Amino acid sequence: MAETLLDVRGLRLSFATEKGSVRALFGVSFSVAPGETVGLVGESGCGKTVTALAVLRLLQSPPAIVESGEIVFRGEDLLALPEKRMCGVRGKSISMIFQEPMSSLNPVLTVGEQVAEVFTAHNVCGKREAAERAVEWLRKVHMPDPSLRAREYPHQMSGGMRQRAMIAMALALTPSLLIADEPSTALDVTIQAQILSLLRELRERERMAVLLITHDLGVVHDFADRTAIMYLGRIVEIAPTRELFADPIHPYTQGLLASLPGKRTGEKRLPSIPGTVPDLSNVPPGCPFADRCPFRREALSRFLAREVPADPLAVCDREDPPLYEYSGGHFAACHHQRTVRGGGAR
Amino acid sequence: MTGGIYRPEEDGAILSLVNVYKTFPVRKSFFSTENLRVRAVDGVSLTVPPGKTLGLVGESGCGKTTLARLAIRLLDPDAGAIRFDGKEITRMEGEALRVTRRQMQIVFQDPYSSLNPRMKVSDIVGEGWLVHGLARGKELRERAERLLVRVGLPADAGGKYPHEFSGGQRQRIGIARAIALSPKLVVADEPVSALDVSVQAQILNLLRDLQEEYGMAYLFVSHDLRVIRHVSDDVAVMYLGKLMETGPAAELFHEPLHPYTRSLLSAVPMLGDAPSERIVLSGEIPSPISPPPGCRFHTRCFMAEKVCEEVCPLLRSIAPGRYAACHFV
Amino acid sequence: MNGTPGIGWDFARRLLRNRLAAAGGAVILFFFLVSALPGLFSTHEPNRIDIVNILRPPSGAHPLGTDDLGRDVLARVVHGARISLSVGFVAVGIAIAIGLIVGLLAGFYGGWADAVLMRLVDMMLCFPTFFLILSVIAFLEPSIWNIMTVIGLTGWMGVARLVRAETLSIKERDFVAAARAQGAGSARIIFRHVLPNTLAPILVAATLGVAGAILTESALSFLGIGVQPPTPSWGNILTAGKDNIEYAWWLSLFPGLAILVTVLGYNLLGEGIRDAADPRLKGR
Repeated sequence: MAETLLDVRGLRLSFATEKGSVRALFGVSFSVAPGETVGLVGESGCGKTVTALAVLRLLQSPPAIVESGEIVFRGEDLLALPEKRMCGVRGKSISMIFQEPMSSLNPVLTVGEQVAEVFTAHNVCGKREAAERAVEWLRKVHMPDPSLRAREYPHQMSGGMRQRAMIAMALALTPSLLIADEPSTALDVTIQAQILSLLRELRERERMAVLLITHDLGVVHDFADRTAIMYLGRIVEIAPTRELFADPIHPYTQGLLASLPGKRTGEKRLPSIPGTVPDLSNVPPGCPFADRCPFRREALSRFLAREVPADPLAVCDREDPPLYEYSGGHFAACHHQRTVRGGGAR
Repeated sequence: MTGGIYRPEEDGAILSLVNVYKTFPVRKSFFSTENLRVRAVDGVSLTVPPGKTLGLVGESGCGKTTLARLAIRLLDPDAGAIRFDGKEITRMEGEALRVTRRQMQIVFQDPYSSLNPRMKVSDIVGEGWLVHGLARGKELRERAERLLVRVGLPADAGGKYPHEFSGGQRQRIGIARAIALSPKLVVADEPVSALDVSVQAQILNLLRDLQEEYGMAYLFVSHDLRVIRHVSDDVAVMYLGKLMETGPAAELFHEPLHPYTRSLLSAVPMLGDAPSERIVLSGEIPSPISPPPGCRFHTRCFMAEKVCEEVCPLLRSIAPGRYAACHFV
Repeated sequence: MNGTPGIGWDFARRLLRNRLAAAGGAVILFFFLVSALPGLFSTHEPNRIDIVNILRPPSGAHPLGTDDLGRDVLARVVHGARISLSVGFVAVGIAIAIGLIVGLLAGFYGGWADAVLMRLVDMMLCFPTFFLILSVIAFLEPSIWNIMTVIGLTGWMGVARLVRAETLSIKERDFVAAARAQGAGSARIIFRHVLPNTLAPILVAATLGVAGAILTESALSFLGIGVQPPTPSWGNILTAGKDNIEYAWWLSLFPGLAILVTVLGYNLLGEGIRDAADPRLKGR
């Protein structure tokens, strides 16, 4: 990639709790190019939202502590910026939309006032002009009757309209990166489609990059240029989206895709990933996925049945695999696939 | 027999709803004297054959959860008839209802609020046995243990409290409770919506295995079309309190008839084989307090014409087994 | 966690970790001990009049001094503890019992039962409680049993509202619907599913209520219509002290301190229980 807008490098982050420090991110690295959409996908507790909040430095510290790593945005390490300069970055260069628009909007201010506040807070223009621009932005997000709706309060709007208002606020200062944390999860299917198509349209028009955080593989499939799969505070696979769906390499990604129901009618049982995600406070050494991994399981049973003299995947219990590179920007963190498919060291 | 109006085939059905209505009062504001009502279920008929799964799909506020609770008399209908296993249960009361309830159970969406936090898991699972005098004490604990193992929980789970389990495990407890009385019908109200993808697949498999083993019928409610496609033999699509379309799952997903079903399917990525047309509906879902006249869907429909604003289309037969409520199908 | 006591153990651990609540609990335990075994803390007879030793300041023989009849103040405070604490407990017991029944019935059945019971609560709340107690006591013989009953009968409305609100929210939870689907009757649902889930807030209300009842009893006794002399209660010891406050400070100070420390203890413990029972603070 020639240019990068955001480059997260080796981000390690932990939370101080009464029972001791719990690590939430174990060296997360990824980059977003200008105008590119990267999907960050994982199940609850995998660290995808923490990653997003860390980029904007919105995690309260303590309890959150960045142990190491860099978050480079346009050549500047955001972690080293003084809080005052960071405020200038938030909303202006990087902005964020959340899953639940109701709790992220102020219930006692009209929607118009809240969009206008984005302009006045960053001293872009005076109050009158801000109000006009707010209506203009509500129109751009296809809010019906924008000048009327600007005078309404969040509770008078439906979930879809509130999400539109949130998007208007987030995009008002034309940021170069939008972080969207489950932007459509709380919405109905048809409304979800509306919001995603709106984001698609605005992404093209404003030429901004999007970091899309979701648990829904379907959403990234249609929306992201590249997709990263997270598991237990790590990125276990990252690849161009089409590539990832066509040829998943990491056993976790394979399992997730296989366990999606409804790919065709008449399928009886879904191939499911056995076990549950381990507790973050009790992460096993070695590969985080080893205890649920079909490759590891098979290797172990062959060894126990004395088919092979030595446990071929003993390394999984010892070493946390780094991301190995396969063809065309496809990375996956798996010892087994590296030996089988010959991934290169990154 | 094309063109016929939908009439549920009640012969041999385990559950049939005939023209069921349910409204709820709403108070618009403290001082308002207007008598407003949410028309949650507005004249719906459907049947569930024994041992089969009917998937009920729709967006929030379409009345699917209300309908599911009406089906097992956790709510009482305003009008219409509910028949269960050949018996009319619409107005059943007291002991008769209590006994009938053994045959119909429910699994809930929220694995947290559906289990009493102050009861041990074996008491939760065995409550039905206790109230129907089927088992108690040591026998109850042993039977609960066998059942918990059957749904994939460790044998010592019975002695613990719900908060010691993860969401997926709690859902297994809820399923064990539902099948404890060997019901003929289980209403599954969004049973996997609160779960992560990998856990979701485990629970869906469990539900399917149990259906094969015990031969019960499911009324499976979900907003998730992928899940509905996976579990259902037949599918019913609801919108604003009315059925829009119903038919066998394979055919409905292969070739949806109703414009609402078509747009629903197109809104879900990776559903089906070919990337179908992308239909993005305009507008919001109208309020069920004052649903639009005529066809409920006409305000957002890409095929709507004048007649749709005036005449509410009936659910009529389009092809064998397939019904849709649209003037233009 | 493998231990089955689960909730209870977790709760106790969090409660003990709260130092103020633990201190409050220790104070309460101490006064329990005092009322259970008064002989351990004072060898004097609380009602023995000693004309020779009137209004003596604290000394070795009388650690807290003597009153205007030469009675040992320590012995009277120690024996008064039993009276004050039992008034607190019995009164709150009555209040909880009534409040629980009213709240459960109103919340669970709703409709006209709810309307009637809650209007009754509103009516009861309209009276200034203390004057209600005063006027009722004026008609009755001021015995300790009457005091307990009257305080209890005028103090249940808060509990009833609390239980009703809890019941309203719990009966909408899915596990109640599940129990109905299993064929459980109303009695079983109320006692097995609703009631156990209202106990935590009731415990808080009860603990704070004991503090209030002790204060009310003290006030009544202080005004002379509570526990009647010579039976010692903290309130009527104070009354005796008031007449001699200029030259016998110990007569007012020590019973006053006893009331203060006990009420504070119950309040701290009550707030501690509330925090420990709050699921949002779990795991802290």
